[in-house]
Amino acid sequence: MTPPSTSEATDWSRAPASAIAGAVSAGTVGARAVVAACLDRIARIDRTVNAFTDVLAERALARADAVDAARASGRAPGPLAGVPFAVKNLFDVEGLATRAGSRINRERVPAARDATLITRLEAAGAILVGALNMGEYAYDFTGENIHDGATRNPHDLGHMSGGSSGGSGGAVAAGLVPLALASDTNGSIRVPSAFCGCFGLKPTYGRLSRAGSFPFVGSLDHLGPMARSARDLARAYDAMLGPDPADAVATARPPEPALPGLEAGIGGLRIAVADGYFARGGDPEAFAAVARVAEALACTRVVDLPEAARARAAAYLITAAEGGALHLDRLRRRAGDFDPAVRDRLIAGAMLPAPFVERAQRFRRWYRAAVLDLFGDVDVILAPATPCRAPKAGQATFVLDGVTLPVRPNIGVFTQPISFIGLPVVAVPVWLDGGLPLGVQVIAAPWREDVALRVAHHLEGRGAVRAPVADLG
Amino acid sequence: MTDSPTPTPPPDLDAYAAQAATLLGLPLDPAWAGSVAANLRVLRAAADLVEGFPLPDEAEAAPVFAP
Repeated sequence: MTPPSTSEATDWSRAPASAIAGAVSAGTVGARAVVAACLDRIARIDRTVNAFTDVLAERALARADAVDAARASGRAPGPLAGVPFAVKNLFDVEGLATRAGSRINRERVPAARDATLITRLEAAGAILVGALNMGEYAYDFTGENIHDGATRNPHDLGHMSGGSSGGSGGAVAAGLVPLALASDTNGSIRVPSAFCGCFGLKPTYGRLSRAGSFPFVGSLDHLGPMARSARDLARAYDAMLGPDPADAVATARPPEPALPGLEAGIGGLRIAVADGYFARGGDPEAFAAVARVAEALACTRVVDLPEAARARAAAYLITAAEGGALHLDRLRRRAGDFDPAVRDRLIAGAMLPAPFVERAQRFRRWYRAAVLDLFGDVDVILAPATPCRAPKAGQATFVLDGVTLPVRPNIGVFTQPISFIGLPVVAVPVWLDGGLPLGVQVIAAPWREDVALRVAHHLEGRGAVRAPVADLG
Repeated sequence: MTDSPTPTPPPDLDAYAAQAATLLGLPLDPAWAGSVAANLRVLRAAADLVEGFPLPDEAEAAPVFAP
């Protein structure tokens, strides 16, 4: 690993997770000093970004003291020692009502315990500092929230952060935390990673426990980390692995950590660019970003994911139906308390005839088999994360390939066909010019997060992708 | 007998939404009806796309329940 520069090493509020963990473990800095610097930066910067909905200063400082005490007594403080992190506010945090971006959920009984992934990160020495803004009930790609206000894009405050994990993308890109947790049902990790210029890992469906998180679409919901390097993603991911009987779909596979093989390079990997559906319907820059990554990987192959448009349509149907069913009782009693844009999509979803949804699930079976066949010939597939750079805040429509479309449901055109069958993806940030970043999906076969992370790390080493802290002072 | 179903007229999604809301016990404010119908139109188009792909009877739904 490249040692942090002097300025990074001393500015703990903006340091990478791996550098913090190394310094806290070595005793170069105390966890309390790191957390205090982080809290100070949040207090100074977040009023412009609006990433946080809850800052847990007292809890975080107490936890930091515990990490410092453990080290002082000779106990290993863990691979994430002293690393501040924050979570999308659909994760249960002991003592907080799990709001999931909504007004209604604020009346819930406060969570009795932390979500599984928070517990696992803290067991590795990380320190929760707060909860993060998100689109209402995660049915969103913009990062806007009618109740809490939009999270602004740290690299241009007049633009969207992307969603629904907008607070997670905003907090990481603004350097408020080096690590955030988020959820991804149709693209909600990959879209804000692309718009905010950071790294995001959407693992294989079932890989990381969802226990203690507020659901959206059980068939498609994933949780994962966002950070400013592939190494930090891998370090957090490894700490969160493991079976969990509290999540019905959590895998019983033994943990397969990614960090040990991160430096293995790309030798022997068969890499291809997704063609067809993934090569049209977006701005030229979206495809230029993929070409930039492909060039850095010396990749000249292309591959066609069959029936991707239908896969997106099927994901759209399942999302609407399961989301509508999940919220039906709230729609009956509290419809006026929803964001209208979310409410009307959920109501329509609740009204879908069952055969439409069953057909979509049966198509999912076919599509899974067809795409798994492709992974007999390739190890990694590259595709755009979004069809464009971050739209302006409040923008309702955009023009893609000459067609005017509503922004909100169409930002995820390239992410939905991938999460539909649960493939692991690392979204990597590409800076083509002086403008806002774009994201590229590095897609691997099921259970091969290690491969996607290796490729992302290699790309960083080549200088093709990077996640700078936004210049906000 | 023919393999092709008899063409049906486009659905009246405003009327469908009103009836479905009754079936679901869902109060539907008239001010929202147009937006709900517009969303149903998008979903119907997605369903048409999925239904346009022939699937064998053996293609079981993807979710698996493990007792």
